[in-house]
Amino acid sequence: MSGTPDDTKPVNFTVKAPVYLQIGDAKADTAHSGVCVVDVNLPFGKPVNIEEVTFKNYYTAYVTVRLLRRNPEQEAPAKWCTAVRDLPLMDNPHTEGGSQDYYTIHRTQMQVEPDHVVCARLILRQPSLAWLTFSLEDIKIFPHTEPDPEKEVSDWLSDLTLTDQHPDLEGLPDPQTVSSSIQQMWALTEVMQTNQTTASIGRFDVSETHSQPHLSCNECVHDGGDVITF
Amino acid sequence: MDEGIELSLTIAQIIQRLRGSHLHSQIERQAKECLHQPDVKLESLKEDVRSFLKTSGWERKLQNAVYRELHIQLPPRHPPAPPEHLKEPLVYMRKAQASWEKRVLKSLNSMSTELLVPLAHMRPAAEQKELTNKWNEMGTDEPDLSRFRPVYAPKDFLEVLIGLRNPNHDSSEDISVRSHWGLIQVPLNVRDIPHLREAYSELNLTSGQMGIDDHALIHPVVMEEDSAAAQQYSRQGCPTGLRADLWALILNATNQPQDVMHYEQLKAGVIQHNLLVDNLIYKDVKLTASNDDYYFVFEDFLYQVLLCFSRDTAVLEHFKYNSATPPKSYIQGKVGDEECAVVYPPNGVIPFHGFSMYVAPLCFLYNEPSKLYNVFREMYIRYFFRLHSISSHPSGILSLCLQFERLLQTHLPQLFYHLRQIGVQPLRLAFKWMVRAFSGYLSTDQLLLLWDRILGYDSLEVVAVLAAAVFAFRAENLMEVTSLASAEAVLADLSTLKVMPLIQVFLFATAM
Repeated sequence: MSGTPDDTKPVNFTVKAPVYLQIGDAKADTAHSGVCVVDVNLPFGKPVNIEEVTFKNYYTAYVTVRLLRRNPEQEAPAKWCTAVRDLPLMDNPHTEGGSQDYYTIHRTQMQVEPDHVVCARLILRQPSLAWLTFSLEDIKIFPHTEPDPEKEVSDWLSDLTLTDQHPDLEGLPDPQTVSSSIQQMWALTEVMQTNQTTASIGRFDVSETHSQPHLSCNECVHDGGDVITF
Repeated sequence: MDEGIELSLTIAQIIQRLRGSHLHSQIERQAKECLHQPDVKLESLKEDVRSFLKTSGWERKLQNAVYRELHIQLPPRHPPAPPEHLKEPLVYMRKAQASWEKRVLKSLNSMSTELLVPLAHMRPAAEQKELTNKWNEMGTDEPDLSRFRPVYAPKDFLEVLIGLRNPNHDSSEDISVRSHWGLIQVPLNVRDIPHLREAYSELNLTSGQMGIDDHALIHPVVMEEDSAAAQQYSRQGCPTGLRADLWALILNATNQPQDVMHYEQLKAGVIQHNLLVDNLIYKDVKLTASNDDYYFVFEDFLYQVLLCFSRDTAVLEHFKYNSATPPKSYIQGKVGDEECAVVYPPNGVIPFHGFSMYVAPLCFLYNEPSKLYNVFREMYIRYFFRLHSISSHPSGILSLCLQFERLLQTHLPQLFYHLRQIGVQPLRLAFKWMVRAFSGYLSTDQLLLLWDRILGYDSLEVVAVLAAAVFAFRAENLMEVTSLASAEAVLADLSTLKVMPLIQVFLFATAM
C-alpha cells in the first residue's frame, strides 16, 4: 500500500462547523431536513493530493464528497467535482448497524483523481427521524505520497547482481540428476545406519605389530579412513 | 477497505495465530519425515511434500484449524479504530456493560467481605489430598452453602437490558409505535421472516430434518474430517450416534495430548487453590442441574468442568471480541498499576445463576472429562458468552430479545396486544429460556437438535425464533388467560415440545 497512513501524517486543516440545512424559516420549528454540510478548508496556497479520507461515523446514513480542484498549470478557475456520491455508511438508516464505525475512503474508491484539492465538502444525509443528530467525527485527510526514490536505487543495484547463469557443463553430468541420486544415496545411508549389524565385512587385518617391511597398509588406511578389522 | 487488502490482512492474522502452535510443529515434523519416502523427489520437492500432506490428512487438519480461526477472528482493523471498538462499536453499550460489570463485581466483593471468605486462598495439604481422592465424586460433598447467594440472576440482567437507551435516539414522537409495545428500546437491526426464510433455507418444510425424517440419507461427512462440511451438514440435524464427533469436528476440539495435559494442569490448580467463585459454582449446580430430572446424574462432571473452567486463562483471549472486560483485582496498595493486576477469576467469567446449564447437555455427548471440557470451552467462547453481555452483535442477547419481540409483534399482534392488556410483557416470560439457550426447559434430545442448528448456522438467532414459535404454538391458550400467573402456567412446561416442527412451521408456514 503506497502512502500508508501509519507513517504519513494527516494534513492540517480547519473544519468549519457543520451546517444543518433547514427547511423554510430558520427561526421556525427546526424541521430537520436530514442534510448536513461540512466544509473542510485545506491550508491556503498548498493544494493537496489526497490519498485517503478517514473519519468516525456518528449516525450519518450517506456521505457525498465533493472536491474543489485547481489545476496548477492552467489558469482556469477552480472547479467543484463529486468524488464519492451517496456512500452508504449505515445498512439501514433506522437501525444501529454502522452508526459509530470507522471508515476510510481511499483515492481508488473516488470517481475522480483527488489531486490539487483546495477544499473538500462533505455532504451528510440522514433521512431517518429516529436520531436526534448526526455528524462525522475525527475527519482526517492523508496526502498522497510518491513512492520512495530510494526504491529506484535498489532497482539499479539489482541490475548489477549477477543473474543465475548455468555454468558451462560440457562433459559433466547434469547437476539435478546428481543431486537427486545423492538424495537417494543419503536415504540409503540413513537406512543402513538404522540397520547396523555387528557382522563384519571381510577385510585384511591391519595390525601395528607387523615389523616386516611389507608394503604397510598403514599408509593406505590412515588416509582418513576408518580401520576395519575382523 | 479494499477487498484484496482485507483478504491479505486476514491471511496474515491467521498465519500469525497458527505459527508456533502445536499443529504447526506437527506438520513440520511430518514434512521432514516424509522426505524418507521414495516417491518424494528433489526436483519436485514442494509439490511432493504438499501432496503427501494432502493424502495423509494433515492438510485437512490445517484447513480445520484455519476455519476455526475464522470463526473467532476480529474484523480487520481500520487504522484509527481502538481495540474497544472491536469489542463493541457503540459507545453507550460499552458504558452500560462497564457499569453492569461494576455492579456485579461490587456484589462479589461485598459477599467476600460479609462472609469473611477470601477471593482466593491456598488449600491446606490435608484438604488437597482429600479433594484429589474425591475428584470423581465431588457431588457427595455437602458443604454449607446457605450463606452464599448467586451474584446475579437472569432477571436482574433483563432489567439492565430494558433500561438501555441510546442518547441519540429520538423517542419524543411516537414515530415507531412498535417500540413502545415491547421492552427493548434499542433500534438494532434484526431480521424478519422473509430474510430468515432465505438464511435458514435448509429448514424448509420440504427438506428432511434429523429427528423427524430419520430416513434421510446420511452423508459420511465424519469420515472426511472436514469442519466446514460438518457445519453445513449439521444444519439439518445430526444423527444421535454421530453428534459427538460432528460437534467436536465443527468446533475443532481435538483431544490432543496437549489438551489433556492442559486439563490436568487446570485440575491441579483446582486442588491447590480454593476460589470464592468455586462456592458460587457449587451453589449453582446444586440449585439447578441437581434438581433437574435429566441432568442430576452428571453433577460430578459439572464440577469437574466448571471448576477447571474458572482457572483457565486461555479463555481470556475471547475478551478481544467480547464486549465484556474481565474484572481485575490489584495487589494491595497498588490499585491502578497494570503490572500488579490479576484477573479474577482467572478466566474472567463470573458465573451467574443457571451458568452450569450451559455444560449440562454436553454431558450426554462426552464422558471423557478433558474432551467434555474442550468442547464446552469452545462453545462458550463462540456462542454462550453472547448470552450474558451487552452488545450490538446480531447474536447478542439484546438482538435476540428485540428479534423475539419484533417477530411476535409482527406476526402475532393480537396475542401481543392481549398480553399487554393483562399486564404481561412476553419478553419477561421468554427471557429465561433465551439466556440459557433453552437448556433445562426442553427435553434433552430436542435441545440437542436446537444446538445442532446453532452450530450449523453459527448464530444464536434460532433461539429467538424458537421462543416466538413457542408463543405461536400456545397462542390459543394464551389468548384465554387473564393474569400473569396463568400466562406463566401455560408456558411453564416445554418438555413435550418438538423443536424442529415448531421452527419450520413458524418460519415457512406463517402467512405473510
